[in-house]
Amino acid sequence: MTKRKPYEQPLPMDWWLKNAFYTKYMIREGSSILITLYSLTLAWGVFRLSQGEAAFDAWMAALQNPFSIILHLIALALALYHTITWFSLAPKAMALWIKGKRLQDKVIIAGHYCVFVAVTIFCLIIITL
Amino acid sequence: MSNTTDKTYIRSHEPIFWGLFGAGGMLTAFLTPVMILITGILIPLGLMDSGNLSYEKVYQFSTSWYGAAIVLVLVALPLWHTLHRIYHALHDIGIKRGRDLQQVFCYGFAFAVSVFVFTLLLQMF
Repeated sequence: MTKRKPYEQPLPMDWWLKNAFYTKYMIREGSSILITLYSLTLAWGVFRLSQGEAAFDAWMAALQNPFSIILHLIALALALYHTITWFSLAPKAMALWIKGKRLQDKVIIAGHYCVFVAVTIFCLIIITL
Repeated sequence: MSNTTDKTYIRSHEPIFWGLFGAGGMLTAFLTPVMILITGILIPLGLMDSGNLSYEKVYQFSTSWYGAAIVLVLVALPLWHTLHRIYHALHDIGIKRGRDLQQVFCYGFAFAVSVFVFTLLLQMF
């Protein structure tokens, strides 16, 4: 049995509120919670789908609840924040070299946003087909 | 002593989860906003015709082999991203005890929901 008592630096619960950089970091990490909830909502939708038309329609009706809509609005805002942070990190994840020169960060980021807009429009169109 | 080089290295399982985290993050960045917009806002508010997500349409799509694969990826893959983040956020807010167990719960949760959705899609097929 060791008697050793190493010093443990105290970590206050609100450490991330004292610095804007850390707050933004924790908002990004926190976006995971609502995106998890959204995925669970969809998983539940698949479950209701498997139970037949009445069950699926009840799930669709439940999504009209004002509470659900507010939650989805918050989830949308946080998902967009995730998108922004993900794209701003993209140049660090992919270093593209063309003819011996490294592609500029802003080109890579702009490319991501173009694809994002194209994908969003594509999805909005394909769902109506 | 020459046997200092005989150290056995244990392979980390991190690359698998890191790969799923990256793939899920990509999907979440590009597709989750528009998915939330359609299923959670436009259709419930009646701004988009709810017939676009009618039972017949969704059922037909989800019971085709490609539709089932797309639904599984869209529903389950973001979880491998978010639960990885939640696991590391638990460290950030100073929850030190049972890191191994936390990992089992986090990845286990993503795995359980993936299996849940996979089984349902298989059953409907």
